[in-house]
Amino acid sequence: MFSIELLRDAVVLGILLGCFYAAVSIGLSISFGLLDVPQVAHPAFLVLASYGVFLLNDSYDIDPLVAGLMITPLLFVLGVITYRVYHETFEKRGSDAAVRGIAFFFGVAFIIEVLIIMQFGVDQRSVTASYIGKAWRIGDLRIPVRQLVAFGVALALTVVLALYLSKTFLGRAIRAVAQDEEGLRLMGANPVRIKQFAFGIATSVLGLAGALLIIVAPVEPTLGRVYIGRTFCVVVMAGLGSISGTLIASIILGVAESIVLTMFGASWAPAISFALLLGVLAVRPQGLLGR
Amino acid sequence: MNRRELIGLATAAVTLGWTTVASAEEPPIKIGMSMAQTGGLAGGGKPSLLGIEIWRDDINAKGGLLGRKIELVVYDDKSSAAETPAIYSKLIDVDKVDLLFAPYATVPTAPIMPLVKQRGLLLMGNFSFQVNSKVRHDMWFNCAPWGPADSWATGFLGIGQKAGGKSVALLSADQEFAQNLITTARDVAKKAGLNIVFDQSYPPSTAEFSGIIRALSAAKPDIVYVASYPPDSAAILRAVNELGIGDNVKLFGGAMVGLQFGTVMESMGSLLNGVVNYNTWLPEPSMKFPGTKEFFEKYTKRAVEAKVDPLGFYIAPYGYAMGQMIEQAVNANKSLDQKAIAKYLHEHTMQTIVGPIAFAEDGEWKESATVEAQFRGIKDKNMDQFRQAGKQVILFPDNLKTGDLITPFEAARK
Repeated sequence: MFSIELLRDAVVLGILLGCFYAAVSIGLSISFGLLDVPQVAHPAFLVLASYGVFLLNDSYDIDPLVAGLMITPLLFVLGVITYRVYHETFEKRGSDAAVRGIAFFFGVAFIIEVLIIMQFGVDQRSVTASYIGKAWRIGDLRIPVRQLVAFGVALALTVVLALYLSKTFLGRAIRAVAQDEEGLRLMGANPVRIKQFAFGIATSVLGLAGALLIIVAPVEPTLGRVYIGRTFCVVVMAGLGSISGTLIASIILGVAESIVLTMFGASWAPAISFALLLGVLAVRPQGLLGR
Repeated sequence: MNRRELIGLATAAVTLGWTTVASAEEPPIKIGMSMAQTGGLAGGGKPSLLGIEIWRDDINAKGGLLGRKIELVVYDDKSSAAETPAIYSKLIDVDKVDLLFAPYATVPTAPIMPLVKQRGLLLMGNFSFQVNSKVRHDMWFNCAPWGPADSWATGFLGIGQKAGGKSVALLSADQEFAQNLITTARDVAKKAGLNIVFDQSYPPSTAEFSGIIRALSAAKPDIVYVASYPPDSAAILRAVNELGIGDNVKLFGGAMVGLQFGTVMESMGSLLNGVVNYNTWLPEPSMKFPGTKEFFEKYTKRAVEAKVDPLGFYIAPYGYAMGQMIEQAVNANKSLDQKAIAKYLHEHTMQTIVGPIAFAEDGEWKESATVEAQFRGIKDKNMDQFRQAGKQVILFPDNLKTGDLITPFEAARK
């Protein structure tokens, strides 16, 4: 049932969805794209963050976005500890061992999932806020306000992080360690401490990303598995380490998913991320804006 | 007392003692099942289990079955089809239960059908839909009022046609229950001459329905038939509330599981208004049978204590009825032999608190007792309103009807 209005709606919705995907993938763009850490537990941390937001919203009636900001320091510390364990156990023993670190992060992901199930059960959880349940009307187009909120916050997060990595001293240090770790060591800087700090940043952005996750739709403990494919697709398609590329790739993915869902059915939507990834890598192996 | 009298007295005492010990040591009859106590189906699983427990306590208070107490062996299947095969293998081979009750709902039940057929075991179904249509197990008895496969869709689509509807949109979850239902809906729609303008399935894990609802409303259907499980039912209604469904829709709903659970109804509140959905038991005069009133008095008290759906209309009395049917079959045969129980259940009409139940050859009820009702005047955050008549107006079947459809759907929502 094709119509221009339907296509327009699908594109608008896809852009909103894409920005949300950017928010949930941006941390992985740092940890995997810049630091080469096989952080497959990234979506599990994302779901953990969303449950943290749920707890604060449900127990103390705190707005989900504010709750997301409140748990950011905790996630930073968690990220630092996780990287330290990974570095001591795998990374410093050579690149082969670092690849074997994938098993470590899979283990972390499963442990997080089981801990969430034991604490919260398998039921879906959602949050309440004044902007959830309402829609904004522009002509005959109606956009759920919660998706607009996710779009706005995700855009702001992406811009702030891009500026941080390019304009601040520590941000440039993170880029330097991604480019040439040995060179940085020869200049007297400790690359391990910089990577540890960067991994903490990558995990801390999940505070807001987790808030967006539970604002957009209810969460349940195994939701991380749904997002592994999407987040890695976005990061690789973007070009490893490119923050602006992450935003562009996410929007492309969001629009593609939305159009396929509208035109061909929801059953095809989960396959789009991998189909797109294969297509982009076939044409541009380094990704859209890869280094 | 002389020596002979003393020996007689001692013998009597010993015999009495042995008899008492033998009775006290009579093993219980174990009925095994899994039940959704967590996950998307827990809103139905918990009241269902409570209904069965009330039956267990009632029958044990009367001395049990065949002089033996009833013991329930229950595991949480987390609403998951992946859990039930292992659970039922354990029930059969490790716990060695005497009888099996199925899990609540289609999706967790479907995977165990081949197991029970292969092992020749009787299985009392618990609100599944058409799980036996391919397996064709002759010892399956579904305690659910659906009846023949097409009765559900026939009732709903018939209401839509009477309201002038000529086109239908079908939206279904990509899982066993919804696909069984939507297959019959397609057949019924075609036979009724309805034009299917939208027919899509979505992955069961879908939590965001904006795009789907937008595409559905663009097809401009007159009737929207949804087959969904509780988490998706709630998400679909939220998306409809945010985006609207179009002024052309005369009828919306059909087979949305979850809109019968007290906690979901309370949390959905006014989002339910206008939706026409299936139901099983409602507090209408035509639905009272011997034992119904007493059951709900016990249920309401225990449900509040157990923090389970305090209404319990939808499924709890059918859990009790499962026990009643087993009780009648076992008492008639004076035996736990499963083939004999199956024969009895096939050949007789059982009297239960939800009315008389007779089974067809496929193990479903001979006649459908499913109602289609429209939510009206529902307020937010009010559980007790659902105990009143008039909040779920019965539109089908005619013998239970309590009102006419308010249409179009967008008008009925207000």
